[in-house]
Amino acid sequence: MDFQLSDDQRALRAGVRELLAGRFGRDRMRAALDDGTGVDRALWRELGEAGFFALRLPEAEGGVGLGLPESVLLFEEVGRSLLPGPLIATHLAAGPVKGAAQGGTVVAVLDPGQPVAHLGEADALLVLGPGYGPRASAASVDVTRVRGDATPVRSIDPFTPLWRAGDPEETGERLPGGGRLRDEGALLTAAEQLGSAARTTEMAVQHAGEREQFGSPIGSFQAVKHLCAGMLVRAELARCAVYAAAVTADPVEIAGAKLLADDAAVRNARDCLQVHGGMGFTWEADVHLHLKRAWLRSGQWLTAAAAEEVLAGDLC
Amino acid sequence: MDLAYTEEEREFRARLREWLGGVLPGLPPKPRPDDWPGRRAYDTAWQRMLHDAGYAGLHWPVDAGGRGATPTQHLIFLEETEKAGAPYVGANFVGLLHAGPTIAAEGTAEQRARWLPPVLRGDEIWCQGFSEPDAGSDLAALRTRAVRDGDHYVVSGSKIWTSHAEVADWCELLVRTDPAAPKHRGITWLAMEMDAPGVTVRPLRTLAGSTEFAEMFLDEVRVPLSHRVGAENDGWRVTMVTLSFERGTAFVGEVVACRRTLDELAAEARRSGRWDDPVLRRRLGRLNAEFRALWRLTQWNVSEAQRAGGGGVPGTGGSVFKLRYSHARQELYEAAAEVLGADSADLDREWVLDRLSSLSYTIAAGTSQIQRNIVAERMLGLPKGR
Ligand SMILES: Cc1cc2nc3c(=O)[nH]c(=O)nc-3n(C[C@H](O)[C@H](O)[C@H](O)COP(=O)(O)OP(=O)(O)OC[C@H]3O[C@@H](n4cnc5c(N)ncnc54)[C@H](O)[C@@H]3O)c2cc1C
Repeated sequence: MDFQLSDDQRALRAGVRELLAGRFGRDRMRAALDDGTGVDRALWRELGEAGFFALRLPEAEGGVGLGLPESVLLFEEVGRSLLPGPLIATHLAAGPVKGAAQGGTVVAVLDPGQPVAHLGEADALLVLGPGYGPRASAASVDVTRVRGDATPVRSIDPFTPLWRAGDPEETGERLPGGGRLRDEGALLTAAEQLGSAARTTEMAVQHAGEREQFGSPIGSFQAVKHLCAGMLVRAELARCAVYAAAVTADPVEIAGAKLLADDAAVRNARDCLQVHGGMGFTWEADVHLHLKRAWLRSGQWLTAAAAEEVLAGDLC
Repeated sequence: MDLAYTEEEREFRARLREWLGGVLPGLPPKPRPDDWPGRRAYDTAWQRMLHDAGYAGLHWPVDAGGRGATPTQHLIFLEETEKAGAPYVGANFVGLLHAGPTIAAEGTAEQRARWLPPVLRGDEIWCQGFSEPDAGSDLAALRTRAVRDGDHYVVSGSKIWTSHAEVADWCELLVRTDPAAPKHRGITWLAMEMDAPGVTVRPLRTLAGSTEFAEMFLDEVRVPLSHRVGAENDGWRVTMVTLSFERGTAFVGEVVACRRTLDELAAEARRSGRWDDPVLRRRLGRLNAEFRALWRLTQWNVSEAQRAGGGGVPGTGGSVFKLRYSHARQELYEAAAEVLGADSADLDREWVLDRLSSLSYTIAAGTSQIQRNIVAERMLGLPKGR
């Protein structure tokens, strides 16, 4: 047993962080926010070239041949950076959906009953079947037909356009291995939540060390200090849950990881907002972007209610 | 990220399982919680069996009489003994988990030879005399005085919350040897015999009704200079070694036990029909996520220690674990009360006493507030308060 990152995994994480800092640093991120760019196709192709979407495809099929733990490290970095777009669906569709592996085809996902993110920008659409775990299913359907019947929603997250869509009538083409789609989607979403939770912890700690009131950094006040400590504890517990679930790929463990990571992302963003005071309530601070995305992700792939039922069902 | 055990680790687990399967059925029944002589005898007899089978002091260094096992083997040991329902470390706790490792790390060859083998054999029991009436979270404010007189210290003062004091042979005692020095610099670590003249133990009754801990009054107790571990006035540093051991590894087996309890709660809820209540069901589901993750956090911390070369002093990661675990344990027994319904008022029902004793977890071995200070200041680097 060696439940720590390997040297290769550390290098991969550092590489992705560097790539995203260079291509989607704070200035770019804020510019994308201002001009409403959701999916930046040039950036997607660049990510495709870097192996972002084909990470888990076998090398013989032009992929990188890595596994879920490496994907999790990738999406943790996405969560930190706030990079928008249906990256997880496209990553999961690499292989079955043509062009997804290269980042040329943007793939969105329809989970009946939930709003569809980035439907307007999508070239292909996956539909999740009911259920969770090995018995679940997924299909690929005609995106233009679904889009024709859908209505846009004014999204709470400025980076994530949402659409309200009905249930697609045709079942479409069943995806091979589609049963894993929902739990892998849940796991990678949990990884994004983890990245966000760790990032908001850093933001809070940095602000608490710099901002002074009553002649002292606010981080010297215990009420603030204890908020920050609680944030670290949530993020680190979620980290262990997410990484372990990536190693075992066990649906129950994934449900636990999603539950704890959702919790960590939402609650850490809220505490980070509190530590920022009035600044935390502004559009200009990045905190709200983390919180709004964390809220959306909590409703995607596997909700808290569903995860808790999966976890309860596991008890004898 | 590798959760698979090596061939060697799997063999170690298999041998241990086999041994446990052979000896556990022959154990006498567990003594009642208030039968302290009985508890001591039961716990030390178990320690003796571990010793004779080669499992005592598994993770202690070989030159301290231990087996020099890796942190992962130690984890497997704690997991398997708990899963098999073996006795808990019990009255051997301080000797095996605080005083012993401290002596192993800081003691002279002579001191190790004198004190460590009896701990490993289950011949001697230790208690921890750190806290005082006016020095709890602010441990360094302790006032129990030790004055040199020839080749002895003469110790006077009082200690409180001393667990297992009634049955202990030795006490790891913190005393003030230099009242003029800044508070962290005038403290010394001593090993005191509990039957020395001048030691009075008065048991305290806990809210669970039992006498887990005691007050200890020290009236001119003579302790040989040779019973000092580390240099005079260097006791704070020596103590920090002990406390990090306490927070690092003490609760591993309990996480395994909590997961079993959770399964039992679900089974009981299914039997009684309460399982149909989605609020309760989801509450138990969330606890499942919590304890699974705590187990993974344990494996994470153990792997980190293993990479650091094993045997090392556990890091501040133990504070993250303790904060979350102590809270989760209390939540577990709150959920148990909901499963029990009206029976949760019956002290003879399973889990009811556990609900009471879980209340100490956010206090003992450093309160949650103190742990948060540690996490914020030492891990996150936030400034110390005024
Ligand atoms: C079951 C049990 C067994 C124990 N066994 C032993 C033993 O064997 N040997 C031994 O030496 N001790 C033992 N203890 C003592 C234990 O270590 C102390 O109780 C603990 O350190 C707290 O000290 P205190 O009780 O004096 O509380 P206090 O320090 O008076 O704390 C009271 C409250 O104030 C808060 N507080 C204090 N200082 C701060 C601060 N700086 N910032 C924020 N909040 C603060 C605390 O968190 C707590 O909520 C045991 C305790 C229990 C409950």
